[in-house]
Amino acid sequence: MALTPPAERLWWKEPIEAVELFWVAIALVWAIVMFIMMPYWHVYGKQNLSSEAYRTTPEMYTQKVQAMVDKYTIRTETARNMPVVRAPAGADIYMLARLWEWYPALELEKGQTYRLHLSSVDWQHGFSLQPENINVQVIPGYEMVMKITPNKSGEFSVICNEYCGIGHHTMIGKIYVK
Amino acid sequence: MANTAEFRTCPDTGLLFHKPAETLMKLNAVAGIVFLALGGVLGLLMGLTRWPTVHLLQADSFYMLLTAHGLSVLIFWIIFFEIAVLYFTSSTLLRSRLATPRWAWLGFALMVVGSITTMVSIFQGRSSVMMTSYVPMSAEPHFYLGLILFAVGALIGCFVFLGTLVIARAERTYGEGSIPLVTFGALTACIIAIFTIASGAIILIPTFLWKIGYINHIDPLMYRILWWGMGHSSQQINVSAHIAVWYAVMGVVFGARPLSEKVSRSAFLLYILFLQLASAHHLLVDPGIGTEWKIFNTSYAMYLAVLASMIHGLTVPGAMEAAQRKRGFNKGLFEWLRKAPWGNPSFAGVFLSILIFGFLGGISGVVMGTEQINLIIHNTLYVPGHFHATVVGGTTLAFMALTYWLVPVLFRREIIFPSLSKFQPYLFGIGMAGFCLFMMGAGTLGVPRRHWDISFSGAIFGHQFPETAYLLLGLTGISVILAVIGGGLFILQIVGSVFFGKRRGETRGPVPLIAEPVAPGLHGIGIGGISVPGTLVLALVFLTAFILYYFVNWKYLSQVWGLG
Ligand SMILES: [Cu+2]
Repeated sequence: MALTPPAERLWWKEPIEAVELFWVAIALVWAIVMFIMMPYWHVYGKQNLSSEAYRTTPEMYTQKVQAMVDKYTIRTETARNMPVVRAPAGADIYMLARLWEWYPALELEKGQTYRLHLSSVDWQHGFSLQPENINVQVIPGYEMVMKITPNKSGEFSVICNEYCGIGHHTMIGKIYVK
Repeated sequence: MANTAEFRTCPDTGLLFHKPAETLMKLNAVAGIVFLALGGVLGLLMGLTRWPTVHLLQADSFYMLLTAHGLSVLIFWIIFFEIAVLYFTSSTLLRSRLATPRWAWLGFALMVVGSITTMVSIFQGRSSVMMTSYVPMSAEPHFYLGLILFAVGALIGCFVFLGTLVIARAERTYGEGSIPLVTFGALTACIIAIFTIASGAIILIPTFLWKIGYINHIDPLMYRILWWGMGHSSQQINVSAHIAVWYAVMGVVFGARPLSEKVSRSAFLLYILFLQLASAHHLLVDPGIGTEWKIFNTSYAMYLAVLASMIHGLTVPGAMEAAQRKRGFNKGLFEWLRKAPWGNPSFAGVFLSILIFGFLGGISGVVMGTEQINLIIHNTLYVPGHFHATVVGGTTLAFMALTYWLVPVLFRREIIFPSLSKFQPYLFGIGMAGFCLFMMGAGTLGVPRRHWDISFSGAIFGHQFPETAYLLLGLTGISVILAVIGGGLFILQIVGSVFFGKRRGETRGPVPLIAEPVAPGLHGIGIGGISVPGTLVLALVFLTAFILYYFVNWKYLSQVWGLG
């Protein structure tokens, strides 16, 4: 049995049981189907994570974000005067993660595509768009660019889902889609 | 063979124990169970905090104890126990002396010192960095130092195991043939462990040096890649080890033989070749990593390691079915299963472990490890839902099952409350299964993991999760209570038995502890030429569930915002 050496010394010469052969064949086919699904979705699917990313520094990134905020802010919200930015469709838009906020809030137009840049200026954070439930890792020193196309309108929250210290649960931002 | 006075033959099983090895097995298993008990208590506190209506702990203690919970169970409990399994499968199953017991002692000492050092640093309160300790967030230096010491100790254990295999072969202690399948599985675990520990050293040592000021920068992305080379691969040690335990328990309870040695061993080989790639699972939504790299690695090179798990999922219950049918339970599709010893905790634990690991842990793991689907799962509660199904429902339950058998064999004591052990695995297993399902459900609704308050008290903006999410978190809390009662009864039972169980003495007990091996070959059993038809039906049910759930998730994904 399994606790003792194989009954047949030349076990690698034993024939394989038919049930096992059948199952291995089916499982292999299923494995290949699952493998093909990923490249398939890159060609035909509409939700793929871009691999566009750049090295950056907190200073460089903060500057770019601030330039956008200065140019396109339409109002401020909350006691902290969080800017709400509305950039034209197709523009590069930025969100900055830091302890413990997402800066600034964004306003987008439904059906339009934007180039959303994400980076952190301190620790790692998790961009989690709710209730869509789209989740992306945000890492300091790396600026990720993904093309987003909101397909529904409403108010969306960006919560942080990478633990980032004691105020982690207060780290929440907004994206409005009109 | 070395000095025969150093050996003891177990009168119940005929197993030959090398006394120094036996002592080390006991110590490692006991150290593991201490951390399991600690981790269980901490787990209860986690569950009661994430249950919104209870919300037990304050944020700082929640994050501190969550760090302690992860390390004590996911690393310390499991690896201590695995070292015991390594010594058992080498020294005992091969009837050999243990290589260099002094080194084994040193390894054990380092593991004890390391684990205590890290736990102390956490409880001092300035190392609440979670198990993953992602830089540039940092813990106290002794947090890393403890982990490094622990890893060195575990590495020594791995080499003692390998040395024992060499000695056993040189001294012909198990004849001329190959090592038993269970030992082969343990060898798989050991090889993956060495890779894992190397990866951990490559990242934790520089992180330690960074913390004490010798290195001024650790790249956070490089940290993640290397850390997960340890973090995820270490969970593959568990998979190999607990599958070896599945085979062992099927052998012990039913005298089962593998359907064919070749298939089962090849499946273990696939683990060695491909499991290390699994670290990619955690990096699928990271910036700066190429798509091709993600697809290749996350699928373990075309899902060949998933294939291996699917093979074991057939061959382990298949071996049991064949053994039962040969013992006369050959009627219909499922007589072999109906007439199984459901009140035997070793069998019940392993059977539940197979179900929970396969249906909950396995399927969810592959689905969330799909490059694009990970976008709607990463860092939500779905993730701990998944890995509690693999590591607790799978590994821990299998190790508990083996422990029920080890107590009389290794400690020569009876189990003190036999009637308790009839239902303990079910209580624990069902509690854990519910816990995993409810967390995965909450995760699909977007509830984040490692998060103290999903009502976002004190935040500038608000966000309202659906009522269902709150309901699911409540049900998660209730399931945690069930599972912790089940786990607590296990600890009580094992500790009680080791210290106060009736001594078995050195004579054979009335109830056999190991079944006679069934005859080899599969002739004359099964239905219409299929030797294990029941297992095949169960496997096909599994595959159907897998396929449906996989495509349902693609459907979910297709409905979210366009991303490119
Ligand atoms: Cu954060």
